[in-house]
Amino acid sequence: MNKVSVYICTGCGIDKLDIERLKKVSQEEYGIEPVVHPHLCSKEGAEIVRNDEADGIVIAACSPRVKTNVFDIEGKYVERVNLREGVVWSHDIDEHAQELAEDYLRMGIVKAQKAQIPEPYLQETSKDILVVGGGVTGLTAALEIAKAGYKAYLVEKEPNLGGWLAKNYKALPTAPPYNRFEEPIVYRLIEEVTSNGNITVYTSSTIESISGQPGMFDVTINQNGNQVQFRVGAIVVATGWKPYDAKKLENLGYGKYKDVITNLELEQMAKEGKIIRPSDGKEAKDVVFIQCAGQRDPNHLPYCSSVCCLVSLKQAKYVRELSNGHAFIIYKDMRTVGIWEEFYKEMQQDEGIFLTKGEVTSIYEEDRKIVVEVTDTLLGEDLKIKADLVVLATGMESTLKGLYTVKEEFPDEKTVPYKHIYELHPIKSEEEVEELKKIGHILNLKYRQGPELPTLRYGFSDSNYICFPYESRRLGIYAAGCVRAPMDAAACIEDARGAVLKAIQAVELVAEGKTTFPRTGDIDYPQFFLQRCTQCKRCTEECPFGALDEDEKGTPQPNPLRCRRCGICFGACPERIISFRQYSIDQISSAIRAIHVPDPSWEEGAEEKFRFIVFACENDAYPALDMAALNGLKYSPLVRVIPVRCLGSVNTVFIADALSSGIDGILLLGCKFGQDYQCHFIRGSELANRRMENVQETLQRLVLESERVKVIEVSITDWDKVPKIINEFVDNVKQLGANPYKGF
Amino acid sequence: MAGEILVIGGGIAGLTAAIEVAETGYDVILVEKNPYLGGRVAQLNKYFPKLCPPFCGLEIFFKRIKSNPKVKFFTNAEVIKVEGEAGNFTVTVKLKPRYVNENCTACGECAKVCPIERPNEFNLGLDKTKAIYLPNEIAMPFMYVINDRYCDKCGKCVEVCKYNAIDLNETEKEMTLNVSAIVVATGWKPYDAKKLENLGYGKYKDVITNMELERMASINGPTEGKITISDGRPIESVAFVQCAGSRDENHLPFCSAVCCLASMKEATYIREQYPDAKIYIFYIDIRAFGRYEDFYNKIKEDDKIQFIKGKVAKIEKDVEKLIVIAEDTISGRKIEVPVDLVVLATGMQPSSADYKIPGIEYDEYGFVKEKEGIYPAGVAAKPLEVAGANESATAAALKAIQIVRR
Repeated sequence: MNKVSVYICTGCGIDKLDIERLKKVSQEEYGIEPVVHPHLCSKEGAEIVRNDEADGIVIAACSPRVKTNVFDIEGKYVERVNLREGVVWSHDIDEHAQELAEDYLRMGIVKAQKAQIPEPYLQETSKDILVVGGGVTGLTAALEIAKAGYKAYLVEKEPNLGGWLAKNYKALPTAPPYNRFEEPIVYRLIEEVTSNGNITVYTSSTIESISGQPGMFDVTINQNGNQVQFRVGAIVVATGWKPYDAKKLENLGYGKYKDVITNLELEQMAKEGKIIRPSDGKEAKDVVFIQCAGQRDPNHLPYCSSVCCLVSLKQAKYVRELSNGHAFIIYKDMRTVGIWEEFYKEMQQDEGIFLTKGEVTSIYEEDRKIVVEVTDTLLGEDLKIKADLVVLATGMESTLKGLYTVKEEFPDEKTVPYKHIYELHPIKSEEEVEELKKIGHILNLKYRQGPELPTLRYGFSDSNYICFPYESRRLGIYAAGCVRAPMDAAACIEDARGAVLKAIQAVELVAEGKTTFPRTGDIDYPQFFLQRCTQCKRCTEECPFGALDEDEKGTPQPNPLRCRRCGICFGACPERIISFRQYSIDQISSAIRAIHVPDPSWEEGAEEKFRFIVFACENDAYPALDMAALNGLKYSPLVRVIPVRCLGSVNTVFIADALSSGIDGILLLGCKFGQDYQCHFIRGSELANRRMENVQETLQRLVLESERVKVIEVSITDWDKVPKIINEFVDNVKQLGANPYKGF
Repeated sequence: MAGEILVIGGGIAGLTAAIEVAETGYDVILVEKNPYLGGRVAQLNKYFPKLCPPFCGLEIFFKRIKSNPKVKFFTNAEVIKVEGEAGNFTVTVKLKPRYVNENCTACGECAKVCPIERPNEFNLGLDKTKAIYLPNEIAMPFMYVINDRYCDKCGKCVEVCKYNAIDLNETEKEMTLNVSAIVVATGWKPYDAKKLENLGYGKYKDVITNMELERMASINGPTEGKITISDGRPIESVAFVQCAGSRDENHLPFCSAVCCLASMKEATYIREQYPDAKIYIFYIDIRAFGRYEDFYNKIKEDDKIQFIKGKVAKIEKDVEKLIVIAEDTISGRKIEVPVDLVVLATGMQPSSADYKIPGIEYDEYGFVKEKEGIYPAGVAAKPLEVAGANESATAAALKAIQIVRR
């Protein structure tokens, strides 16, 4: 920044430090006369800061997590120096704490000096939204987009809209008393969609390609052989589900006996008006429903399909009403979750619907009936039911299942690089990948990291976050409905609305050059000094959001509007050519160099003054340290904590710099990784872990012990543990002795 | 100034609705009756199925709110009346005094001198705080608050506060808002376990609710995370009683959607601290829907966790142990299982079951009914888990925005 001002607050116990010495650091080392105030966050104090002409402001007071909005000044770069939680609340006040405070002030001042004013990445963007899939979710999405005043394109591969729901005879009741079936809502939705002037529908169409970035997605579709092109700002993926292949359920008699059918086939029969035995065309009177036909079975679909219990209860009623017959439902657990319990109770009222928990032991044909033998029932005895018809309640598979493969994201890798992917997507052979390509992709994204929305276990799409269910690994592309999780129609409608909100939010934000979750509104984006790029492809491979494409040589081609601003790319780059204006390699390297490392060649007692750096994830580890301080827990004052956007933004260069300037040890505190990762940038903490394995080479070269650099996973509520982790690390390194590079 | 969107309730669903609205570019006002945001989830130790701490998500929510000028929020505030129609609602809000203003730095000197203690409702009354207190470690706003039911206005805090942050004479105020649309995210409360007389809650100390176990297991809970029983013996066995109130015509006729998964999660808390404890889960149906089945499978791998299909009839007390009396519905036999701790998986009752805002429509259980301009989110709409609540809140945010844009 051009001019940096320094403010030192003396409130909340900060005055226990030697404020004169702090002032001297600013005056003598940086030539800045600091302003000292007893209550800087007061209206009056904040006013003084606000009126400061400088464009860079250093606030040496409390944690940046506190009074954030008070010191958030538009157009200025504000660097918070955490003297309260970071020094006086977490340390005994002595010479060590004083030196810690002075170092923090130095680090803050250089970070402010090195910061620059960002310019947003502004392009002419589209605010139209593409909806892929014309079932209940897609139809709802398109309508909701239009109702919010935006234009929608709806692409459906079948000739007709309506999806699976249009193949249903009746729909579940959605209001009390939960005993009256409804007409499937899709018919009304189709009418509304096709008559809405803001919705363009393409049926019998597939997507040939989607290139570009949010706000500027160029879509090419193929409608009956004709190419159509248009530009959209965001995408809602509502490609839904496909039924589990019942042919794989031979043990339940499917394919073997004509009178064993699936729930979809029964729905079709009911729609045609009569429930019959396919073997002889006679009306089926006694019908057995077998729940979890494939679901909750490690050999088929290990998960629960959520809706099958409801569907069978509904279909049991069809049997009652259309055939005047009897229905038997054999279930593992009756999963009528939440308010659906009411529907279950209504169906239980019907004496012709017989329900029991049970395990089907065998199914065979006898006297032109299908015999179902059941054990473990609630009746105290095994059952043998002679049925006219057996209905298998088969489950749902995501349409994205298998389409996202590790091979596509990491074509050059022999082993899968990231645990969170490896555990969910065991690597496929070349043949398998070729096979998948034949099935065909759905989105055909022109992204370096593969043509499809990345998926979680079983092919259901993101999010892996409980708190942020729509955040996907592809900014501007949001999934809804059964492609995201098995769900009933009412839930699909709600889910469509949620995804549409995120799509609208994305088009609005990127139009202003802003990113979305979790750094929503950030306009600062990574700058690449490509003249020095060595085409190592680390940044393009490691970006969790597919923001960086590559040319043939491997030079990164940034798409700033796909970027979530985590800094993983700048952490990856060995040439240090990637930086944000306000979060740069230069800022962090300079802050590391600003730490005063006592030099044993001339400073008395320097041997005792070890110096450590802790890189702490600003979302979890850093708040945990604040909360430790709030609870009066103390940790070593020899440690300087540097908050980072994500542990994945820690460049190994920082480690090398720190070690060569005499820092004795470096600890990285980041989020849990692996299958249940908690890193808000997907794989940042895991990347940091991998990179630090590589740092061991640097350590060897410098003839330093490997224990000097360590990564530990912590969570935000580990505030009782974090001080211990730090102290143990410090003690272990102290036993190794001082870094021999001090004073060089 | 119609155009703004009101979100009632600052729990996870309300936070989601508010921030999603604001980040899409609309002004939003969030009203929360507690002196802090975060609601029920702030009281949970971990979420299923990832077993991650709710503070992690709250930190991100609060960070987004702090840096977004489009979100205005009021804590200690209650909506008392809604009038008007979609596009033009007049909403009356009661602002209860906090007695602590924005000058507060959360330095904590006031609590040190406060002579009065009060039961800490954040820990469900299981411990105490001073009458002036910081609600929790992640409190938003990060400010102290005085509970005026206990404070005797001795003035010691005022004397010690260097920042002129305490005003004991603050009074209740009312404010009127003119908004276009309303998202109702008033959430839930645990069903009152005292009503389940046969299950011994209130009679035996070691019969606790699932929410009490959450507090006990939390590092900032009354026992700093240690799960204990009243006489201090190490816990050898625990019973979880599912559907404690839920799926019961006499209590909550609906299924609360989360309790099966919550109990499995809580079984992991027990296991962490007592590697050999025997854990029994008495259930009617295990409702691990969708991909949550993976979590159920993971819990089943623990051979000291036994799932027993059967509704618990009664809890009694032997000399030392509690006796769980139930019918094992598979064998048809009555069983009696002695345990050290009984955890009642009490269900979720909509908060509005006993407090209804005039102008908002409710169903017979107290769930909010959607109508033009008024959209329920989270458990105000129906029983939901956290991810489901946030999905529903995001959907409600869209409906609210559509009203502003029309």
